[in-house]
Amino acid sequence: MSIILNKVNYVYSAGTAYEIQALKNVNLKIEDGEFIGVIGHTGSGKSTLIQHLNGLMRATSGGIYYNGEDIYDKDYDMRGLRSKVGLVFQYPEHQLFETTIFDDVCFGPLNQGLSKKEAGVRAFEALNCVGLSEELYYQSPFDLSGGQKRRVAIAGVLAMKPEMIILDEPTAGLDPKGRDEILDQIAKMHKERGITVVLVSHSMEDVAKYVGRIIVMNQGEVMFDDTPNGVFRHYRELEAVGLAAPAVTYLLHELSERGLPVGTEATTVETAKKEILKMLASLEKR
Amino acid sequence: MIRDITIGQYYPANSPVHRLDPRVKLLGTLIYIISLFVFKGFAAFVLAAIFLVAAIKISRVPFSYMVKGLKAIVVLMVITGLFNLFLTQGTPWVSFWVFTVTYEGAENAALMLIRLAFLIIGTSLMTLTTTPNQLTDGLEKSLHPLSKIGVPVHEIAMMMSIALRFIPILIEETDKIMKAQMARGADFESGNIFRKAKAMIPLLVPLFVSAFRRANDLAMAMEARCYNGGTGRTKMKPLCYKRQDYIAYAVLFLYLAAMIALRFVWTYLSALFGW
Amino acid sequence: MGIIKARKLVHEYIRRDEEGNVESIQTALDRVDLDVKAGEFIAILGHNGSGKSTLAKHINAILEPGEGSLWVDGYDVSDDANIWNVRQSAGMVFQNPDNQIIASVVEEDVGFGPENIGVPTDEIWQRVEDSLRAVGMLKYRTHSPNKLSGGQKQRVAIAGVMAMQPKCIVLDEPTAMLDPNGRKEVLKAVHKLNKEKGVTILLITHYMEEVVDADKVYVMDKGRVVMQGTPREIFSKVDELKSYRLDVPQITLLAHELRREGLAIPEGVLTRAELMEAIERICQSY
Repeated sequence: MSIILNKVNYVYSAGTAYEIQALKNVNLKIEDGEFIGVIGHTGSGKSTLIQHLNGLMRATSGGIYYNGEDIYDKDYDMRGLRSKVGLVFQYPEHQLFETTIFDDVCFGPLNQGLSKKEAGVRAFEALNCVGLSEELYYQSPFDLSGGQKRRVAIAGVLAMKPEMIILDEPTAGLDPKGRDEILDQIAKMHKERGITVVLVSHSMEDVAKYVGRIIVMNQGEVMFDDTPNGVFRHYRELEAVGLAAPAVTYLLHELSERGLPVGTEATTVETAKKEILKMLASLEKR
Repeated sequence: MIRDITIGQYYPANSPVHRLDPRVKLLGTLIYIISLFVFKGFAAFVLAAIFLVAAIKISRVPFSYMVKGLKAIVVLMVITGLFNLFLTQGTPWVSFWVFTVTYEGAENAALMLIRLAFLIIGTSLMTLTTTPNQLTDGLEKSLHPLSKIGVPVHEIAMMMSIALRFIPILIEETDKIMKAQMARGADFESGNIFRKAKAMIPLLVPLFVSAFRRANDLAMAMEARCYNGGTGRTKMKPLCYKRQDYIAYAVLFLYLAAMIALRFVWTYLSALFGW
Repeated sequence: MGIIKARKLVHEYIRRDEEGNVESIQTALDRVDLDVKAGEFIAILGHNGSGKSTLAKHINAILEPGEGSLWVDGYDVSDDANIWNVRQSAGMVFQNPDNQIIASVVEEDVGFGPENIGVPTDEIWQRVEDSLRAVGMLKYRTHSPNKLSGGQKQRVAIAGVMAMQPKCIVLDEPTAMLDPNGRKEVLKAVHKLNKEKGVTILLITHYMEEVVDADKVYVMDKGRVVMQGTPREIFSKVDELKSYRLDVPQITLLAHELRREGLAIPEGVLTRAELMEAIERICQSY
């Protein structure tokens, strides 16, 4: 199972003075069970890209294939695709509308045509999965804190049992603990359920800590598509387009430039610590 | 469809019409609309057309913009035209099946269509050449005397300008919520009218919640910047008439005078020749 | 006396049911003491719901103290007669850039505050120009705010406050909704105002990187000030910060972890250069 993008282009307001090419010749293959980070500054095309993955936006040219099927085929079940590829927008708590949390999470499954009972089971599972305590289930979603609301909104998409979930900056505006809680929950879900996760983020530190592969978008094009180490090796090129590597990667590079025998392939505090300790151990031996 | 409505849109340019005081343009539009409905006769329409074309030329707004405004009300125009065409009593002209078109009906329909077209183009010309802020300023100042009898003129103007600022934001927000709900399988298109209305709930509730939140935030931000109603306020861009505005008033007066004169000449001529 | 002085400031949000009986009382501020000298750059850290925004709203007289006292620029905020003086002395910038811009043209928005306090027309123009220049937005003066980026909108909001010539600006999570570049822009503008115009700054945030250059940091939790000191003092207590749902910048965390491994690295390392130096020193000792 996979999703393949073949030479996808997208042009906003084609034929007018405001014409903008938001996606340029994008080729991608996302395999089942991957944990992918998408980075790029505002306007780099990352939001446009993820909306193509579940068919909310339609490519101006090029093809998208989900499990080998052309999603632009006129017989293709587009609504079915939307429940297979779940998309959690930025500030998803703004879409909550039901009188209770439980009912709100049921909205997706009911739209899929499930019975009330089945939808309820799904909602229960999803809310459990995002770690919301049970006594809150029948409260109004509007009484929750920001972090809790966000989790309800994520549960609303999870309840549709998607094979792949895309999250557009799920931690925007949350405090550090809230941020870690959400990201840990997502990582756990990926590990336990084997669901494919695409995480759009501005935080290089977060991306480096969780994902296995990073796609860097710049001016509508895929600039890099590699492992975190592989991408952040190009920290100079990233800087040139207004992005940066995690702070620890810079530190290691600077240490190495000063002639210290340190490995520079680290993007998290954990791995950087290991590299530095390894270097000190090797110095000690000498 | 919504994008076709040119009333309320601004076309940035630096023309004499753009530079006029908004009060002049407001009064001018009012006079023009009244003139369209009060005066009859071929000559009056020719004069009204000349006036409009001249104003458009001076404004440097492309003519296509004006016509675009007409597109939005084309249905309204067709209906008005048909009503006048078929429902006016008088001398029959042509008739088919159960319909009869009278001479008077044809004349009324033609008149009505011309009036509507001129009205829309004239009003669009004002809004295309005046920023929403100037417009509300102009309204506030023109209606200021009403505040003496307790009409909250300043507040109304302030609400209008804030509404204008937030319309694009709310449109964008609607789009975002709609997409978010579609990602959860919502269907806004299919079904009969009742199903469609029900499908709007997941869109409308979040939209209202968000609008209230924004209103609350905005009120707080305004208070924090010492907003305390209209009293004691000064203006960054106070309205004051310049030479060009007096000239414009004179032109308007001449137009009105010419219209009145034409009316008398027309009545005199009709009586003379028995039209 | 400093520009802001709070003594045992208490604020409670009281929720009542339909009959007007008290349903719950939530203490948002609990005996807060605060002393800010003119010209200082103060940062207030705290997780969502820690009471930091409630504190900010008191300084601008949007909320009234329940108990205790608060003076801003010598004015007692509890006295209704002082409200306008307080608001003029202490300007406020809010979190959502869209919800605080009132006018449809940048320069008219900046002029809104001066209009409200009855500044003569010629002087308004002068102030608008000066304020927009101070935040680097002068060339956008005739633009519509809708076309600006988040960081630019926030700078316009700051200019709008500056045009009222306040002695102090309170910024309530001004960067929470911005991308990394927008955050940088806003912080640069705020630091510039502090240094060049001597405006006292109270920056409320939960981004740890933003407080590194502050003169003094307050940490809030459950309505109380639980820590205060220089950034170095605060960041040397990594575990305590974590217990308040906060974290430390990646470099500080790496230094902390290395220290735990027994390396001779001082606590409270704030910058890459400092950590580099410490590691180099260790290497030379071998």
